Amino acid sequence: MINPIDLSVNGVPIAVPAGTMVSTAVALAGVTRFRRSVTGEARAPLCGMGICFECRVSINGREHCRSCQVPCENGMEVAADA
Amino acid sequence: MPDCDVLVIGAGPAGLAAATRAAETGASVAMVDDNPHPGGQIWRAAAGKAPQDAARWIHSAEQHQVEWIAGARVFAAPAPNRIAVEKFDGELELGYRSLILATGARERFLPFPGWTLPNVMGAGGLQALAKSGLPVEGKKIVIAGSGPLLLAVAKYMKEHAADVRLIAEQATQSALLAFGLRLAAHPGKLIQAVGLRAALLGIPYLTSCWPVAAEGKDKLEAVTLSRGERTWTERCDYLACGFGLVPNTEIAALLGCRLSDGSVAVDEQQQTSITNVYSAGEATGIGGLELALVEGEIAGFAAAGASARARTLFAARDRYRKFAEALEHAFAPREELKALPREETLVCRCEDVTLGRVRSCTGWREAKLHTRCGMGPCQGRVCGAAVEFLLGWKSESVRPPVFPTRIESLTRTEPPA
Repeated sequence: MINPIDLSVNGVPIAVPAGTMVSTAVALAGVTRFRRSVTGEARAPLCGMGICFECRVSINGREHCRSCQVPCENGMEVAADA
Repeated sequence: MPDCDVLVIGAGPAGLAAATRAAETGASVAMVDDNPHPGGQIWRAAAGKAPQDAARWIHSAEQHQVEWIAGARVFAAPAPNRIAVEKFDGELELGYRSLILATGARERFLPFPGWTLPNVMGAGGLQALAKSGLPVEGKKIVIAGSGPLLLAVAKYMKEHAADVRLIAEQATQSALLAFGLRLAAHPGKLIQAVGLRAALLGIPYLTSCWPVAAEGKDKLEAVTLSRGERTWTERCDYLACGFGLVPNTEIAALLGCRLSDGSVAVDEQQQTSITNVYSAGEATGIGGLELALVEGEIAGFAAAGASARARTLFAARDRYRKFAEALEHAFAPREELKALPREETLVCRCEDVTLGRVRSCTGWREAKLHTRCGMGPCQGRVCGAAVEFLLGWKSESVRPPVFPTRIESLTRTEPPA
């Protein structure tokens, strides 16, 4: 991997190629449930382009970030299904 | 003082063409987009490498000193000739003399049982994830819904060694044949279609076919499809499903631009009902790449005051518009799809509202007040098109903020007292 980006998903370290979106890093970490819906259903990305808000995760402590629109950065702490 | 002569919202093909042409005339131009890279959805770069025609436009915009503001979503218009945008690390206001709305389109999602399961995605949705690095090699994928996008996604997945099981196109074979004949009048499109067909060799392309249920425990495991009398189940890892595209009109509506038939209404210079606001590309009606480019060029020239140069492109635009009409006709969602969701199927994924609860209301206003349908973070961007198709309700007016926005962004952009 050229210039890998090191981040963590739910506390587990993962390295991804530069340019990878957080949504993909979450999927690569083996997480299928990105968030729970208001009635507790498992949800994951739908639109992939920032409109549906199904891929929301917490990034560096900030909740409700659309993971499909945020490129991975070194040291990022991502929490899915918070 | 405006920050720029021409501000372009959206950096897809229409926005890039508009920004470049406006800048060519000597105007100062800025371009904002929610995404980290220019190119929009169709030119979404795989690992930072844009396709060749995209690279040409992006390079051209750069050469003409178009200011590029990435990762910025517009959420309000706090004063005349000003918009407010939020970035990951803060917000800013931008002033303009002329505005070009090149806000593109999103996929039309229609509910069916199981459509909220993880790994059921839009067709463009799965492609966007794959381009961002999601490995699809060896993954079993069913592609379903409607429109040319399904073919493009299938081609991409096959090129990346996915196991594409089939493409389920809801339109009839006869509608597609009629559309195919019209393609002959558009050589560029015909070459594209032929190229796709060769690439798709070996993938069943089933017309009059659609998913009736997605099944799985914690995530998608299989999809049940229906075609005429036949119903069967395909095991798969991903279902990529989108029923065509719908224009993104929220910012236009926020500014008070007139909408017509779900798109931003424009005159021959791509000007909206507001004098210094223009619109181009899919926001003005779904028409594909070539139409978006030429509309963008016209809007760019017109917004910069070069209406004579805009006029030289009208004939080309007319040709592509005819193609767009044929496209809309061939791939219009069929009545049968209205029967896909059951009463207990969720329509609004943000607030988990079932079809039964929405249907018990008299219209959008009551549905919003009584069930919160369309009131969640996506602000009806997903359920709006579904409810319009299923129940015939047109969504009502748009209010700021048009996107969920941080409190600190909102408080800093209050209009002057």
